[in-house]
Amino acid sequence: MGEVEPGADVRVALPRTVNGAVDAMTATPDAQYLAGGTDFCVEVNFGLRRPPAVVCLRRVAELRRAEVTPTEVVIGAGTTYADMGTGSLADALPALAAAARTVGSPQIRNAGTIGGNVATASPAGDTLPLLTALDARVRVLGPGAEREMGIDELVTGVKRTALEPQELVISIRVPRLDGPQQFLKVGTRNAMVIAIASAAVVLDLEARRVRAAFGSVGPVPVRPRQAEDELSDAIDWGRLSASEAAIERFGELAAQACSPITDHRSTAAYRRRAVEVVAARGLRRCLRDVA
Amino acid sequence: MTSRETARSRSGPEDASHAPGYEVAGGYELHVNGTTRTVEEAWLGESLLYVLRERLGLSGAKNACEQGECGSCSVLLDDVVVCACCVLAVDAIGSHIETIEGLTRREAAADVQAALLSAGGVQCGFCTPGFVVAVYDLLRRRPDAGELEVREALSGNLCRCTGYGRILEAVRMVQEERSRVAL
Repeated sequence: MGEVEPGADVRVALPRTVNGAVDAMTATPDAQYLAGGTDFCVEVNFGLRRPPAVVCLRRVAELRRAEVTPTEVVIGAGTTYADMGTGSLADALPALAAAARTVGSPQIRNAGTIGGNVATASPAGDTLPLLTALDARVRVLGPGAEREMGIDELVTGVKRTALEPQELVISIRVPRLDGPQQFLKVGTRNAMVIAIASAAVVLDLEARRVRAAFGSVGPVPVRPRQAEDELSDAIDWGRLSASEAAIERFGELAAQACSPITDHRSTAAYRRRAVEVVAARGLRRCLRDVA
Repeated sequence: MTSRETARSRSGPEDASHAPGYEVAGGYELHVNGTTRTVEEAWLGESLLYVLRERLGLSGAKNACEQGECGSCSVLLDDVVVCACCVLAVDAIGSHIETIEGLTRREAAADVQAALLSAGGVQCGFCTPGFVVAVYDLLRRRPDAGELEVREALSGNLCRCTGYGRILEAVRMVQEERSRVAL
């Protein structure tokens, strides 16, 4: 256990259990959770974040657990991008593995966690499109109470969530669907890049539904409901094919569902066009995968 | 390191020592390169990079971007390569930290260092310690890594001098030499 220099302006807790983490957080109302540090520490380095107390999560072993069952994948919040990119997690959720592999660099992927990605709720969070497309559920623990909510309920705005200040993301439950899934990301290089636009496209062969979500093109991940509905009707599920017109229509409707902005990374117009392209491309790749 | 001084100012007599989950210590210890080092009088918001360089005198890990972009501060934390600028130093309590100084002392990456020199992969040298740590980490896990894998493994290390060709050549030289010796 950790540390404090009496009277120092940061107090640090190094709990080993989730309850210990929530207790430490509750004892100091303005404390902040620290997971992989790849956002948090940068903000501290640049003087943009001055937490009076920090609850470090790296020692909480139960946050590192991941479990793959026939129906779902339960990913501990402390699971790193590197962990998501290999092994049984990658086999069960290949698009999440692909998304994780596009995050930063090996150094960043060894540190950053899915819980941090979810709780930070950046529009560019690379795991968020797939989690949103699959209606992932997020389990959180607060003082004396545990609850679960949909990822779309949790992420409420740009770096805003429905989490109470003391609540800790424990795990993310992702349904396993029978069918291909793809993740695509647009950026200026293959590494060390924050998404200009990103897409997750999933085929649910059993329900005969297309699912999709886009990142960096709205304050929260965008779920293109109309595009999903129209394409789910347009796909020939017996032959697992769709007309070129239907695929392009899917891209157009996806782009219409987004509300991108112009910023230092890209323009709104480019982002909208990028979504049109990656939505259709992701869909083609899904259909190719099952062909 | 802007506002480091103001950040270190004390916030009054309040003492959280009895709060659950918190412990009080006058300083803290880090396990660095096989040795236990004491960090005293430190502001607890300091990054591992800052503590290594400014408090423990280990200046091999370089401070460039302070945002995990450049890899010049790469170190091994519990045997995993990370950017020391993105680790809160106190969060490394109880972990084994190995820096370029540690690798050098036990000659774990001597061939990597020599190959970087002979291939012309060192110009200003600022990025070199980070590259050595990253190459060391890659080749012990994946000795036969192909070019794409090498490029991906080194994608978090920026070099503004060499254009990377000679660094990649150095990695290839190490791989060839190690496989030749192993035969």
